Amino acid sequence: MAPPARRARSGYWLLAIPTLAPLLTPLYDRATPMLWGIPFFYWYQMACIVLAIVIISGVHVANQRSRGLGR
Amino acid sequence: MTGTGVETAVFVALMGVMLLLGIVASRWRRPQDIHNLEEWGVGGRAFGNWTTWFLLGGSMYSAYTFVAVPALTYGVGALGFFAVSFATITTPLSFVYSTRAWSVAHRHGFLSPGEFSAARFGSRALGAAVAVTGIVATMPYIAVQLASLRAVLQTVGMPGEWPLLAAVTVISLSTFRSGLRAPALLSIAKDVLLGWVVVAALLVVAMSGGWGETFRKAGEHFAATPSKTDGLLLGGSMGQTAYLTLVIGSALSIFAYPHALTTMLAAKDRATVQRNAAALPIYCMVLGLMAMLGFFALSQGVTPVSRDLNTIMPQMFQQLFPAWSAGIALAAFGIAALIPAAVMSIAAANAFTRSIYRAYLHPAATPAQEARVSRWTSLVVKLGAVGCILLLDPAFSVDMQLIGGVIILQTVPAAFLGLMTGWFHRLALIAGMVAGLGLGLVQLYRIPQLGAGGVVVKAHFGGSITTVDGIPVYVGIVALLVNLAVVVFGTIVLRLLGVRTGRDATRPDDYDADADDPMVKRLETLLDGLPSNPAGVHAAGRGQRYPY
Repeated sequence: MAPPARRARSGYWLLAIPTLAPLLTPLYDRATPMLWGIPFFYWYQMACIVLAIVIISGVHVANQRSRGLGR
Repeated sequence: MTGTGVETAVFVALMGVMLLLGIVASRWRRPQDIHNLEEWGVGGRAFGNWTTWFLLGGSMYSAYTFVAVPALTYGVGALGFFAVSFATITTPLSFVYSTRAWSVAHRHGFLSPGEFSAARFGSRALGAAVAVTGIVATMPYIAVQLASLRAVLQTVGMPGEWPLLAAVTVISLSTFRSGLRAPALLSIAKDVLLGWVVVAALLVVAMSGGWGETFRKAGEHFAATPSKTDGLLLGGSMGQTAYLTLVIGSALSIFAYPHALTTMLAAKDRATVQRNAAALPIYCMVLGLMAMLGFFALSQGVTPVSRDLNTIMPQMFQQLFPAWSAGIALAAFGIAALIPAAVMSIAAANAFTRSIYRAYLHPAATPAQEARVSRWTSLVVKLGAVGCILLLDPAFSVDMQLIGGVIILQTVPAAFLGLMTGWFHRLALIAGMVAGLGLGLVQLYRIPQLGAGGVVVKAHFGGSITTVDGIPVYVGIVALLVNLAVVVFGTIVLRLLGVRTGRDATRPDDYDADADDPMVKRLETLLDGLPSNPAGVHAAGRGQRYPY
């Protein structure tokens, strides 16, 4: 039996970026450069959140669009 | 009226309105029949983008976020920030895996991870083991919420156990009556209050010297303490390993907790789940802000009441905010503790009803009987949580959640990895779970709680970080690795020996099914009235749904 056709999954590999970025603990465990007086350790991890929003939204929109065209 | 009078009045009034809202919630989008587990337990699986988002925010970003995490950053510094990164990495993972879980659960009518594991690996016993583990792990997590609530009540001048028991009783009644609709409606109201808290907190920080001043003073404080494990940075590879294992362990555990699944299952389609994954990081920002407020409290010289670090955030708002504004903040924290307590007890109750009551005790249970059993179980679970805070009393309530995490992580191979592969052998999964739980509990038992100057305050169950070859790591990860090794090795051996594997009741396309799938009936059509139909999405398939 042939496997059922899978829906198009474009750009799912991009999701690896926000997953791995907060796991680089040795790289971001440092005080400088500071941002508004906040040590790098803290603002880097906050920046990862923004990155997650942008990438996940992008992947979602791209996939909704390709699903729409495929119909 | 005095300042504290105003604060207490605002707090009591807001809490009262909220709890009333929870009780009338059963009328919200009123189903034909609330006496049905699909309706009571997952809100009829019909929540849209916004409701799902608020409910997820309400149940995942709880008093843990607003009270326990700042208490940890206040106490030890950088290590407490692990909660932010762990929350961040759950969102891309949830985008992929929660949608798979949603689809397979929709096709088969699952309500809890145990049911999925039973179907995936063809083993009723495995399902029951996953369900029991989930219920046990949920109790300390609910206890974290209740400990935070106790701290809030203490700050508004209601110390002791009675106010706590009263609040738990009221939320139990509203859950008993309205099921998942109660916390969903409360979550929306809570986030309105929380929005105010965030704005107010940012204003107060800006007016008190800003973040630069905050971190400078906090850094000076940590430098002055004798402890080597605190500070604004993790300080070398030792701290980093502990941090990293905490992040990974906590993130994986989120996918195994019954309540995370329950909330996602209430969404109405796959796109709702995915949009939520994209928008959930907004709550992570709030979590990050709250974690940094722990430093702000430190820099402002806020001190805890009766050495309960959970009181730090409530105390800070009481001391630095105008009375009415502090009342709003404290009410937001109080509700933020009760919502997840409600959702978690519902999820644990669903797990019991489906994987134990129906699987073993009463296979022919009607939907009404299922709903009744779940209602009563949810009460029992809440009482168990109250027992947890009275019995265990760790220094940081985050430790209770991390101890629960060690337990729930042992269901990751069956409940989470099962979403990707059905290769594991059912017996190997059970053996792995037993090994992981045994090892994890022994290690937790051996961790003492150290007070100031390295004095042993409590000999056992004092934390969740152990050392392997001198390197500090989260116990949950160690136990999970052992668990996985047993599962993989066991599967290979059992397959070589030709021991029959369980029958996988799911098909590959089950994991991609959406709400427009012909096998999944849209709930709206049922809600809008298909007369004399047993309610719930999967009612049509009753009778042949549980071949395992």
